[in-house]
Amino acid sequence: MAELDQFRSETRAWLDANCPAEMRQPVKSEDDVCWGGRNFQFQSDAQKRWLQVMAERGWTTPDWPREVGGGGLSPAEAKILKEEMRAIGARNPLNSFGISMLGPALLKYGTDEQKQRFLPPIVRGEIRWCQGYSEPGAGSDLAGLQAKAEDMGDHYLVNGQKVWTSYADQADWIFCLVRTSTETKHGGISFLLFDMESEGVSTKPILLISGYSPFCETFMDDVKVPKDQVVGEVNKGWDVAKYLLGHEREMISGMGLGGGSSLLGKIVGEIEDPALRAEVAAFDVDALAFAAMSERFIDQLKAGEAHPAMPSMMKYAGTELNKRRHELVMAAGGSDTLEWESERTRKGKPAREWLRTKANSIEGGTSEIQLGIIAKHILRLPGA
Amino acid sequence: MTLLTDDQRQLHDMAKSFLAEEGTIKQQLRHWRDTGCKDGFGHGLWKQFAELGLTGIAIPEDKGGLGLGATEAALVLEEVGRNLTPSPFLTTAVATARALEGTAQGDRWFPGIVAGEIVAALAVDEGKHHRPEAVATQATRSGNGFTLSGSKQFVVHGASADVILVAARTGGSAGERDGLTLFAVERDAKGMEVENVTLADASKAARLTLDKVEVDADAVVGEVDGGWAPLSRALAAGRAGSAAELVGLASGAADMTTDYLKARRQFGKLIGEFQVLQHRAAHLFSEIEIARAAAYKAAELLDRGDERAELMTHVAKAKAGRSAALAVQEGVQMHGGIGMTDEHDIGLYMKRQAVLDRLFGDWRYHAGEVARIAGY
Repeated sequence: MAELDQFRSETRAWLDANCPAEMRQPVKSEDDVCWGGRNFQFQSDAQKRWLQVMAERGWTTPDWPREVGGGGLSPAEAKILKEEMRAIGARNPLNSFGISMLGPALLKYGTDEQKQRFLPPIVRGEIRWCQGYSEPGAGSDLAGLQAKAEDMGDHYLVNGQKVWTSYADQADWIFCLVRTSTETKHGGISFLLFDMESEGVSTKPILLISGYSPFCETFMDDVKVPKDQVVGEVNKGWDVAKYLLGHEREMISGMGLGGGSSLLGKIVGEIEDPALRAEVAAFDVDALAFAAMSERFIDQLKAGEAHPAMPSMMKYAGTELNKRRHELVMAAGGSDTLEWESERTRKGKPAREWLRTKANSIEGGTSEIQLGIIAKHILRLPGA
Repeated sequence: MTLLTDDQRQLHDMAKSFLAEEGTIKQQLRHWRDTGCKDGFGHGLWKQFAELGLTGIAIPEDKGGLGLGATEAALVLEEVGRNLTPSPFLTTAVATARALEGTAQGDRWFPGIVAGEIVAALAVDEGKHHRPEAVATQATRSGNGFTLSGSKQFVVHGASADVILVAARTGGSAGERDGLTLFAVERDAKGMEVENVTLADASKAARLTLDKVEVDADAVVGEVDGGWAPLSRALAAGRAGSAAELVGLASGAADMTTDYLKARRQFGKLIGEFQVLQHRAAHLFSEIEIARAAAYKAAELLDRGDERAELMTHVAKAKAGRSAALAVQEGVQMHGGIGMTDEHDIGLYMKRQAVLDRLFGDWRYHAGEVARIAGY
C-alpha cells in the first residue's frame, strides 16, 4: 500500500509539472482530440508536447510492457494514473484504435517481430490505424465476409470492399479481415495489416444522418500485402478478430460514462417539467450505477476474473445508456436543440451528437448481437 | 479496488453455504408462513446466526461483535435475498446496531443482540411512504424523562422486538432534520399499542400507537435533538443492506427463471431457444450485474467514510429496487401459469421484492434524493 501511495504522489507531482494548462481544459470539439498519425495537424504546441511527454514515459499505453514502449504499470498503478489525470481534468493525450483495439490483439497474437515493428509507433502516436471489418454483405453476420486475399507465393493479393471503416480517410494503416479460404465460414478468415497508401486502396467518406462523416467505404483493388503482415495463423483470424472485438466493445462501453461528466440533471439547465425531472433522475441513477459497474468490470478484467463475454454486457449497457442520455439532453433542450446550423448551438452540436449516438448500439456489434452473446456464453441458453 | 479481499470472499462463501443449507424457502419462509408463526421467522435460525458471529457483524469488537462493515453485511444479505430467508439480520444486526453504535443504549442491548436473544426494531415511517424528515411523533419533556405520542407503521418485526428505536420530535417541525431524537422504547412500554401486521410476503411489520408513553432520559440514543445522526447511520446501513438483499433476490429469481427456460418445452423445443426470451433474459442479467456493482460500491464508500457514500447509497437502493422489480416481473411472466401458483417459489420472490423495495424508501424516493443532492 505504501508503494502505491508513493506512486500516487510521484504521479501527481509529475502530472502537475508536465501537463500543460491548456490540456487540462475540457475538449471543446472533435478538433481538440489528438489522434496522432502521419497526417495529424496538432492544434497547439501544448497538444503536441502533452503527447510527447506522455509517450516518452509510455503513459499513452500505461499497462503495456516496457519492451514495446509501454508504461509497464500494474493494474493498480494504471488505475491511479487514470484517477490522478481525472483529478486535474487532464485530456487523453492520444486517442487511438491502435491503443484500444489493435494493440491488445498484437500483444496476444503477434510475433515478436510484429510487436517490435508495430507497437512502439502506436505508443508514440505516429501511426493511426483503422478497422476493416464490416462489408456491405457482412454486418451483424461478420463472419460472412467476402473480401479475399489470394496467396501469390511471396505476398497476398487483396480484393474487396469494406464499409464503416472509421476515419479510414485519415488513417495510415488498416487491420483488416479477409477470406483466405472458402472451405468453412469462420475457419477461412485471416487477419491482415497493410498500409493505406498501398497501391489499390481507396476510401470514400459516408455522409451520416448527423451530417458528419466519421465512417468510410474502403475499396481494395489488387492490393499487395507482404506475408509477414498476417497476425496469428492463416485461416485462424476469427480468433484474433473476436479478441479484438472484446476490446472494441470495452472501449465503446465507456460511452456510457458520458465522458466522466457530472450528473445529467446538473448540466441540462433548469428542468421545469416534473415528468422530465423524474426521467432524468432515473437516468442519473442508472448512469452512476453503470459507472460503478465499469470500475468493477475493469478491476475484474485486470485481475483475470471477468467472464470473457462481459465486454458484450458492458457494450450493450453503456451504449443504450448513452442513447438515453442524448434523448434526455434533446428533451431538456426543447426547440433550442433542434437548431442545425446556428452559432448558438455551435453548428447544431446537440442534435448532431444525439444522432451520432444512434450508431453506438450498432457499431462494434449491435445490441441484439451482444444480447445473443450474453444468452449463449453467460446464461448458456440452448440454441443461442 | 472494487474487488473483494480474501477475508470477504471467505465470509461470502460461509454465508452462501450456511443460508443455502439452513435458510431455504422450504425450511424457513414457507415453514413459518404455513405454521402461522407470529414472528414470521425462526428463533432457532437466529441463534445459528449468533453462533456464526453474524448477529454481531456490525457491532464493535470491544462490544463483543465482529466489527465489520457495510461490505461484509452486503455479502451476507445477498445470500439472505437469494434464499428469501426471514430473519432479524437486516433490521436488528445491520441497521439498528449502527444507530446504537457508541451510545449508552448500545452498551445495554449489544450483548443480547450478539447472543441472538434480542430483536431490535426501527420505527421511522409514519405514513405509507418513507419520509424520515417528516417525523411528527412528539416527545415532550416530563419530569426526568419524556412522554411520546404519535403513530408509526412499517416497523419490521415490531411485535417480536424487545426494543424499538422510535424517532420522535423534541424540536423543529416536520420536514426538518434538526430536532429529531431517537428513543429506545421497550416493546411492553405502557401506552404503546403494537399491532402485528402480516405483509404480502408473509413477513411481519407492526403499526405502533404511542399514547403518552413515558421513557427515562437515558432512553435517548445519542443526543437530544441530535437524533438525525444515529438515525441516518441506521438508514444508510439499512438502505445499503436492503440494496444488497434485493440484488441477491434478483439473482435468485433470475437463476430460477434461466433454469426454467432450459427445462420447459413448448412447440417441440426448449423455450430458452426462443430469441425473444433470450434477449430479455440477457437484458435482465445486465441490469442485475449493474445493480450488484452499485450495491458493492455504496458499501465500499460507506466503509471508507467517503463523502460520496450518501449519494451512492441512494443510487444503489434505487438501482437494486428497479432491477429486482424487473427480475421478479420477468420471472413470473416467463414461468407462465405455473408462476402464478402458490406452489411455485417464483411468486414468493415477487412478494418479497415489493416489501424490500419499500423498506427504507422505494426506488422512486431514492431517485428523487439523487436529484435533490445534485440540486435539480
